[in-house]
Amino acid sequence: MASRLTEFGNDLYTGKRSFDFVGKRRTWFIIVGALVLISILIPVLRGGFNLGIEFRGGSQFQITGVENAQPKPAEDAVSSTVPNAVAHVTIVGGGSGVRVQTDQLTTAETKDVADALAQAYDVTDADVASSFIGPVWGADITRQTIQGLVVFIVLAAIGMALYFRTWKMSIAAIIALMADLIVTTGVYGAVGFEVTPAAVIGILTILAYSLYDTVVVFDKIRENTKEDLTGTSRTFGESVNLAVNQTLVRSINTSVVAALPVASILFIGAFALGADTLRDISLALFIGILVGTWSTVFLAAPMYAMFRSSEKNVAKHDAEVLRLRRRAAGQPALDDVTV
Amino acid sequence: MATSTPVKKARRSLIWLGVIIVGLIAINTAAVLFGGGSWTPKLGLDLEGGTQIILAPKLETGQTVTDDQLNQAVSIIRQRVDSSGVSESEISTSGNNIVVAIPGKLDNDTKNRIQSSAKLELRPVLVAGAPTDAAANGSTSPTPTATPSEAPRSTPTVSPTNGSDLNWVTPALQDQYDNLDCSKVSTTNVAPAEEPLVTCDDGGQVKYILGPVEVDGADIKDASAGVIQTSQGGSTGQWAINLVFNDKGTKDFGDVSQRLYGLKSQSPLDQFAFVLDGKVLSAPAMNGVITDGKPQITGNFDQKSAQALADQLKFGALPISFTVQSSDTITATLGAAQLQSGIIAGIIGLLLVFIYTLFQYRLLGTVTIISLVVAAIITYLSITILSWYQGYRLSLAGVAGLIVAIGFTADSFIVYFERVRDELRDGRGLVGAVESGWKRALRTIYASKATNLLAAIVLFVVAVGSVQGFAFTLGLTTVIDVIIVVLFTHPMLQLLAQTKFFSSGNPWSGLDPTALGAVYRGRAEFRKPSASVPVGKAASASREAAKRQTIAERKASELAAVGTQKTSDTSKKGEEN
Repeated sequence: MASRLTEFGNDLYTGKRSFDFVGKRRTWFIIVGALVLISILIPVLRGGFNLGIEFRGGSQFQITGVENAQPKPAEDAVSSTVPNAVAHVTIVGGGSGVRVQTDQLTTAETKDVADALAQAYDVTDADVASSFIGPVWGADITRQTIQGLVVFIVLAAIGMALYFRTWKMSIAAIIALMADLIVTTGVYGAVGFEVTPAAVIGILTILAYSLYDTVVVFDKIRENTKEDLTGTSRTFGESVNLAVNQTLVRSINTSVVAALPVASILFIGAFALGADTLRDISLALFIGILVGTWSTVFLAAPMYAMFRSSEKNVAKHDAEVLRLRRRAAGQPALDDVTV
Repeated sequence: MATSTPVKKARRSLIWLGVIIVGLIAINTAAVLFGGGSWTPKLGLDLEGGTQIILAPKLETGQTVTDDQLNQAVSIIRQRVDSSGVSESEISTSGNNIVVAIPGKLDNDTKNRIQSSAKLELRPVLVAGAPTDAAANGSTSPTPTATPSEAPRSTPTVSPTNGSDLNWVTPALQDQYDNLDCSKVSTTNVAPAEEPLVTCDDGGQVKYILGPVEVDGADIKDASAGVIQTSQGGSTGQWAINLVFNDKGTKDFGDVSQRLYGLKSQSPLDQFAFVLDGKVLSAPAMNGVITDGKPQITGNFDQKSAQALADQLKFGALPISFTVQSSDTITATLGAAQLQSGIIAGIIGLLLVFIYTLFQYRLLGTVTIISLVVAAIITYLSITILSWYQGYRLSLAGVAGLIVAIGFTADSFIVYFERVRDELRDGRGLVGAVESGWKRALRTIYASKATNLLAAIVLFVVAVGSVQGFAFTLGLTTVIDVIIVVLFTHPMLQLLAQTKFFSSGNPWSGLDPTALGAVYRGRAEFRKPSASVPVGKAASASREAAKRQTIAERKASELAAVGTQKTSDTSKKGEEN
């Protein structure tokens, strides 16, 4: 497999084999657009996101050290202590733990319920963890998250425009970033996991990762297109496409290498006791890494090529290349090198 | 071709890396020996177990909290927690919120103590009496037949001359006092500082009409409980609270004590009340004129009640009040389980990355693996030192950040290796390929890592709590990643390029030019490129190729390639300069 991928990389590098990312951009854009639309529609159709307790507010109890836990004792314990509270009981860690979520309880009620739960599952006080989360908490995090998001996008856009000396790359990268965020959030919502602060962290990391990946590929594009307007036989779009193809092996390797540890967190988090933070963060990351890598290839790069193709000198160059190519089709190539 | 230069540079880089690692170990050793440090990082609440309470300031709209107020509140809450006997508590600010983290469970008393956000005021007593039973008051007193034609007067007819002037007691106030039900006095029972206040004492035993605030609780510098000593220095066995006022408090209290002592005969007018949260904590009588700012409160105290009152007086004056936004108790078992899951996930993730890179890059993959291990060592040491020096605590979100960083870090190596391979494909010798591939890769790595660092910094500055922990590890590992790739991975590759195994292009090296389809195969032998050269490219490409070749290579290629210019079919441009 290794040698096959190496050979594949060789062919991509020389242009012997090439995927037409730029030329078929209309197709990719339609696919991406459809994905974005679906990602927006799914949560809407499902009636919003399944918000975690941190965003709804409420009380939560976690009981550990139980053997073969059943939800019934917890439900009884809650309803006997606080009759009007609705308990939402989940068995975690393969039956060794119980998680109980209720409406917001008072301090005294919380203590009573914790005691009742300890009794119901025959564990000590020390094995019952309790949390109380005011509804402001989640709202606070959300507000700060959005602030962070805006600040980051603005700074990153400016930074990239300065580094690449063109704001068109910034725009393309930011649009791809938006698509990543929407699709990641949509898929996360579709899976039906609760949206917890951990998930928010994961989605924020996708910001970093998506742009990071785009910068790597764009740097190659910048390199390939730097002199292209003076003496190359490729149209601008073809140069961009070659750069994407040349970095394709890296994109594959990177997405695999970045996704592997995340997948292992996801796996452990899904089965292990109480590792909800890990599970939520890794699901968001797992989706985001895959989406982030491939949005660069299918969305950011073709979009950049499209933005530039309407520029006067680029259009002129492309027309010249095509003219030469048509002429070359009739006669031997080597006489025709000077442009 | 200066073959020794890269080697020299490589050695220097590796020495620097060694210095960094040894330095970190030395710092940590010193911390363990002299500074109470440890070889393991401190763990966050979610991994260690404990209680975390997040307090949000109660603000009216348009009001903002200043940093000063917040810091003062933190120190007051810290003193309160410490005085309740809880050790190793951590109180910090996070945005506008205050985060209280305490190992183990929190008993209700401590919790109430932390929450009770209070304003401490000293008011003179005007009227004191036994509380009326609200129920008895309602049922036994005959219904008045003649209702007053107007509401009781609420402004004094004669304006009061001082805080103890009974003219403060208007009919309206008297009415309020008469109907006061002590069980219904809540913490919201406040009056403006310059107005009188009707309230009860803490236990609901006595009700009062108090004059305006005369000394601010914030002027109390210190309050401590102690046994009253006789003039000979012997112990009386009686407990008292010793107060120390600051300059302003000393002056204000001196004035009050002079006036109140003069009213000695007209009890309760000689009493003054410490009002906390709208309730009277204590209302001692003035037994002398105190002008040194160091009054002593005596009475029926035991050690416990004296200490409790002293604490309340000392830490009573919080500049702002708080509500509990979230309160979290994690049991030690749950924390340990979460940490274990994190470590297992990390190890599995690392192994998977190892296997994949070995598969992809053969022996070159070991460079990745060793780089990752070195990165892990530096990260571990940094976190341990930071947790000692800065009090950083590794949380579950932080652990997730570290695991995610494995992938990000490995990507720098992938970017670099792919660039080297690209150079080999162009027909460069290994040593040259490593050098020029590095130049190009480094630019990309810097640019992309800067993006990561920017994200980490923005998140860290803007975010709260767990997001911050995550951003911290993300930023830290990004910096370490760059250090590793510059000071370890590249030097290692420079050195390996000198070895026969790699330079001869052993198929297992991962840098086998043949497998990479290199155009230049060494010894002036050129293979025809597999793809056709696009028109118009050949001239410029060969120009560039010539420019980029070493003298020996150029001569060789001139000899061998006369007549054909198809020496390069790449899209490569000249070097950066």
